[in-house]
Amino acid sequence: MLRITNLKCYYGRIMAVKGVSLSVKKSQIIALIGANGSGKSTLLEAVCGLLPGWEGDIAFEGASLKGCDPTAVVKKGISLVPEGRLIFPPLSVLDNLKLGAYTMYRKREHALVRQTLEKVLELFPILRQRAKQPAGTLSGGEQQMLAIGRALMSHPRLLLLDEPSMGLAPMIVEKIFQILESLRKDGITILLVEQNAQAALQIADHGYVFETGSVVLQGPASELLADQEVKRAYLGKDYGEFYDD
Amino acid sequence: MTRDRIPYAVFTLIVAAAGWYTDNPYYLQTLTFIGINTLLALGLNMLMGYAGQISLGHAAFYGIGAYGTAILTVHWHVSPWLALPGAVAAAMLVACIVGIPTLKLSGYYLGMGTLGFGMIVNILFREWSSVTGGASGFVGIPSLELGPISFSSTKNYFYLVWGFVIFSFILCHRIINSRVGRALRAIHDGEKAAAAVGVDTAKLKLQVFILSAAFSALAGFLYAHMVFFISPESFDFIASIRIVTMVVIGGMASVWGSLIGASLLTLLPEWLHAFSEFEMVVYGLILMIIMIFLPKGLTRGLLDMFERARKNK
Repeated sequence: MLRITNLKCYYGRIMAVKGVSLSVKKSQIIALIGANGSGKSTLLEAVCGLLPGWEGDIAFEGASLKGCDPTAVVKKGISLVPEGRLIFPPLSVLDNLKLGAYTMYRKREHALVRQTLEKVLELFPILRQRAKQPAGTLSGGEQQMLAIGRALMSHPRLLLLDEPSMGLAPMIVEKIFQILESLRKDGITILLVEQNAQAALQIADHGYVFETGSVVLQGPASELLADQEVKRAYLGKDYGEFYDD
Repeated sequence: MTRDRIPYAVFTLIVAAAGWYTDNPYYLQTLTFIGINTLLALGLNMLMGYAGQISLGHAAFYGIGAYGTAILTVHWHVSPWLALPGAVAAAMLVACIVGIPTLKLSGYYLGMGTLGFGMIVNILFREWSSVTGGASGFVGIPSLELGPISFSSTKNYFYLVWGFVIFSFILCHRIINSRVGRALRAIHDGEKAAAAVGVDTAKLKLQVFILSAAFSALAGFLYAHMVFFISPESFDFIASIRIVTMVVIGGMASVWGSLIGASLLTLLPEWLHAFSEFEMVVYGLILMIIMIFLPKGLTRGLLDMFERARKNK
């Protein structure tokens, strides 16, 4: 569904992604894990058209995304849940959600937008309770749900999530990951960038481990979970723990 | 939806009543100036308050509206009613050309860019004397007439200007509460996030810039046909700053804030004549005090005060 080949991204003269290739198949959850500054978020931004000037190729359903601006990417069926949620704090929850359907404004799409809104509110009942409140007054977890709900409003076939667990309590993280799994059952493909490798790999089919702009390790999620190197570097277990047992 | 319309209906009644009961031509003229300034503030408020883009050169569009209609009607003998769309279209075209490169800037840099643009246009008014009359101004702008109605009477002109104001209020209200209005506020909060949900931020910023230029040009047109004489000083840097001040003092992102800001900044100099040479000092002081104690502008500030008072009861 999404195929990235030899992607290189730059910030000025600094190369942040150094020739990464990966592929995402339909209805899969793919996890990209790795430390800060390893190029995961950069890769997502390149896919969304937020970071122009990348080299290599990104193809979505067979068509290249080269030269697409963010609007065109959203119209093709890719939605981003940005890092740090980036909701619009003074706007009401409902307005935030409606903004997600910005690209669907033709008369014949109105019914569909209403339907989607209803579906999103069913998925996140808390958002219905808070519909009229300014989005800035929501808790972190609720804001994350709002960001996901907003991304779903444009009917994406591919959902990109950038660190959805950031700064959230473990219980909320679990809830959000459950929702991601249910979305996958509805046929939405998910590309997940996470530092919380444990949680991400538990729901993912396939994982890629990033380090300073390149993929150093990849494989089925279950294998990565068991991999010694991943455990050491990303699952919070240090050498001591390893060699003791 | 109908509840939304009540304030506008009440406002229309107030305007009509004000026109009906006011006979003193000085008061009528001051009220008409408030109307023109409200149009200016409203246009800039769409850009600044909603989309979050600053412009320190809006007097240029005001001037293009005024000089546009002056040139068309006096030099080319075009009917003023045809000069109106002409002048507005000229301002929109200039806004489009200027907007494409400058709106890539943001914050201070956008301020500097628009400031420079405003100065260039002002120098053009001043120095292109064969067309604009230069520093001594442009004289002989005709008064407006529509069939049997002559707008040379102060009262009729009052109704004309406030008619445009009410129409613009309703237009802005509709824009703000639409999908586009939501997107504008989204740009204000975070351009990247807005882009991520599929808002074409560059295009939308340009569109609102052009819209705001159109409002300014309309105000310029009304100003020119009211005073029949225009000179470059009315459209200089200070004029641009005055428009920004109206928006900030009145209240950003509020249609009514534009009205309040424009009223205050039009009336203050009139009231402060009593202070004679200290006039500007008191004027500045009042603006400072408002900003210190009501940083969100008069509209929001007074509403907050009202709500606090009600809770304390």
